[in-house]
Amino acid sequence: MQTSSAVNGANYLTYQGKYKGLLGWIFSTDHKRIGLLYMYSIATMFATGLLLGLAMKFELLAPGKTIMEAQTYNATFTVHGVIMIFMVVVPGLPAVFGNLMLPLMIGAKDVAFPKLNLLSWWLYVTGVFLVLAALLFGPGAPDTGWTFYAPYSFKTGTNLLPAVFGAFVLGFSSILTGLNFLVTIHRLRCPGLKWTKLPLFVWTLYGTAWIQLLATPVVGITLVLVALERVFGVGIFDPALGGDPILYQHLFWIYSHPAVYIMILPAMGAISEIIPTFAQKHIFGYKAIIASTMAIAFVGYLVWGHHMFTAGMSGTAQYYFSLLTFIVAIPSAIKVFNWISTLYKGAINVQTPFYWAISFIFVFMVGGLSGLVLGALATDVHVHDTAFVVGHFHYIVFGGTGFAFFAAMHYWFPKIFGRMYDKSWANIGWLVFTIGFLALYTPMFYLGIMGMPRRYYDYLEEFHGGNILSTFGSWVLATGFVIIVVNLIRSARKGEPAEKNPWHSKTLEWTVSSPPPVLNFDEEPVIGENDGPYNYK
Amino acid sequence: MSGDKPHIVPYRVYLIILVALIALTLGSIWITSIEMAEYTVAAALLFAVVKSYLVLTYFMHLKYDKRYIKAMVGFVFAIFLVVIIITFLDYLFRA
Repeated sequence: MQTSSAVNGANYLTYQGKYKGLLGWIFSTDHKRIGLLYMYSIATMFATGLLLGLAMKFELLAPGKTIMEAQTYNATFTVHGVIMIFMVVVPGLPAVFGNLMLPLMIGAKDVAFPKLNLLSWWLYVTGVFLVLAALLFGPGAPDTGWTFYAPYSFKTGTNLLPAVFGAFVLGFSSILTGLNFLVTIHRLRCPGLKWTKLPLFVWTLYGTAWIQLLATPVVGITLVLVALERVFGVGIFDPALGGDPILYQHLFWIYSHPAVYIMILPAMGAISEIIPTFAQKHIFGYKAIIASTMAIAFVGYLVWGHHMFTAGMSGTAQYYFSLLTFIVAIPSAIKVFNWISTLYKGAINVQTPFYWAISFIFVFMVGGLSGLVLGALATDVHVHDTAFVVGHFHYIVFGGTGFAFFAAMHYWFPKIFGRMYDKSWANIGWLVFTIGFLALYTPMFYLGIMGMPRRYYDYLEEFHGGNILSTFGSWVLATGFVIIVVNLIRSARKGEPAEKNPWHSKTLEWTVSSPPPVLNFDEEPVIGENDGPYNYK
Repeated sequence: MSGDKPHIVPYRVYLIILVALIALTLGSIWITSIEMAEYTVAAALLFAVVKSYLVLTYFMHLKYDKRYIKAMVGFVFAIFLVVIIITFLDYLFRA
C-alpha cells in the first residue's frame, strides 16, 4: 500500500501524478482536488449570479424602466435563481467542504468511490454548460422563474428545454455525491471512530446525503415530465388536456423544500465545528444536535406544501403543512440553543471564522422567524408573492448558506492552502459584507408587508425609499465580496505559511500537515475511548 | 444468510427471475385489455411492485445483505409511501 509520504512527500496541491498541469486537476480523483474544482466552479457561478442580482437591484433603483425592459428583468431573475439555487447553494457546502474535509475528518484516505466523485464534478460542469446554452442560443433566456411552474413552463416561447435538462443533469451530480458520502461515512471511518464520536459536520453531511439521494430524483422526473409536456403535450400538468398544474407544484416542492435542508444542514454542521473550536469548549448537547439534524432531515421532507398555500390546495392539506412547518422549527431552534450554550463560559477566541459564525446565527434566526410568518396560513395569504418572501428566502438561503460558507472558508483555509490569510482584511470583508447584506434584504420585509409584489420590474412610488436602501445594500455587499475574494486569493498565493492546527481544534483533519498529504494520513489514525472531536480541557 | 458471508447465486435463479420479469411485463400489457375503469392504474402498479420486489431482492442482492441495509431500503419506501399519501390526501379533500 502506498503511503502519503511515499508519494514524493508531496502535498495534494503540488503532487504531480499521471497528468500534469490543468489535466492533473480535471482528471484527478483526489477528493481534495475535486473539492477545490467545485470551489472554483461554484465561485465562478456565484460571481455570475451576483452580477445578475446587482443588475436586478439596479433596475429597481427607481420606478419604471431603469436599465432593462420587463422581459429582460423576467429572464434575469430566472437565470439568477437557476444559477444560485442549482449551481451554488445546493452543491455549495457539501460538494466543496464535504469533499475537502469528509475523508480527513473520519480518518480515511479518500471517499468510497473516487472515480464516481470525479464524474459528479463533470456532471456538474455539463449541467452548467447546458443552462448557459439556454441563455446564449435559441429564442431568448428562460423567463419562468427558477421554479419552472406549470402551465407557463410549457407555454413560454423562451429557450426553456436546455435549462430544464441542465437542472436535471445537475441533479444527477448531487445524487452521486450524496451516495458517495453515505457509503464513505458508513464504510471508511477509521478504527474507534464510532457514530457517537463523529464530528457534527460529518453528521450533517450524512443527513444531507440522505436528502440528496431521496429527494433529488423526484425533481429529476418532474423536469422530464415538463419537457414531455412541452414537446408532446402529454397532459399531466396542462389543465387544457385534463392535467393538474398543482400536481407540478407538489412534485417540484417535494424536492425543492428538502433542498433547502441540503443547503442549510452542512452550513449548520460547519457552524457546529467553529463554535466549540473558538470557545475551546465541548459542544453543548452533542447528541441533541445529532437528533435535531436527523429530525430536520426527516420532518423537512414532509413540509413542502407551505410553498403552495395560495395555489388551490385543499384546506385540510393547508392545516397539515402549516402544523408540520411549525414543528420543523423546533430542531432548528435546538441547534441555536446549543450553539449559544456552548459559548457560555467558553474561552472565546474572536477570529474571522467566529465573526462569520455568530453573524450566521443572527441572520439564520431572522430568516427562521420570518419563515413562521409564512408558515402561518393567515399571514401567509397577506405576504405571499411579495418582497417579504424574497427577504425571508435570502436571509435563510443566502444568509444561512453564504455566511456559513464564508465561515467554513475562513476556518479551513489554512488547512486547504497551507497559508494564513490577512486577518485584518478578512475582518473588514466580513463587516462590509454583513452591512451590505442587512441593508439589501431587511427593507424587503417592510416592502412586502406594505404590499410590494415580487418579480416585477416596476413598483409604486410609495416603495421607492425601501428600494433605494436595498439597491445601495447590494453595492455594499458586492464590495464586501470583492474584498473577501481578493484577500483569499492573494493569501492563498502569498500568505504566511500556516501551522498544522492554528485554531487548536480537536478534529482529525487538524492532525495532518497543511496542506494535507496526497493520501491524507501516513498511518491510519485510531480513536481511543477518551478521544473525541470536542474534548477540550 | 446475511452479513459479509460470500454467496454465489446460481445462474438458474437469475434466469428464473428474468423470465418472471418478462412474463410480468407481458402481463401488465395484457391487463390493459380488460376494462377495469379506475382500477386500471392499481393493476399496473401491482405489476410494477412485484417486479420491483424481484429486482431488489435478487438482482440487487438485498436478500443477502445485512439487516441495516434492508432497513435503509425499507425506510426509503416508507418515506415514498408517506409522500404519496400526503399528496393524494390533498386531492381527496380538495373541493
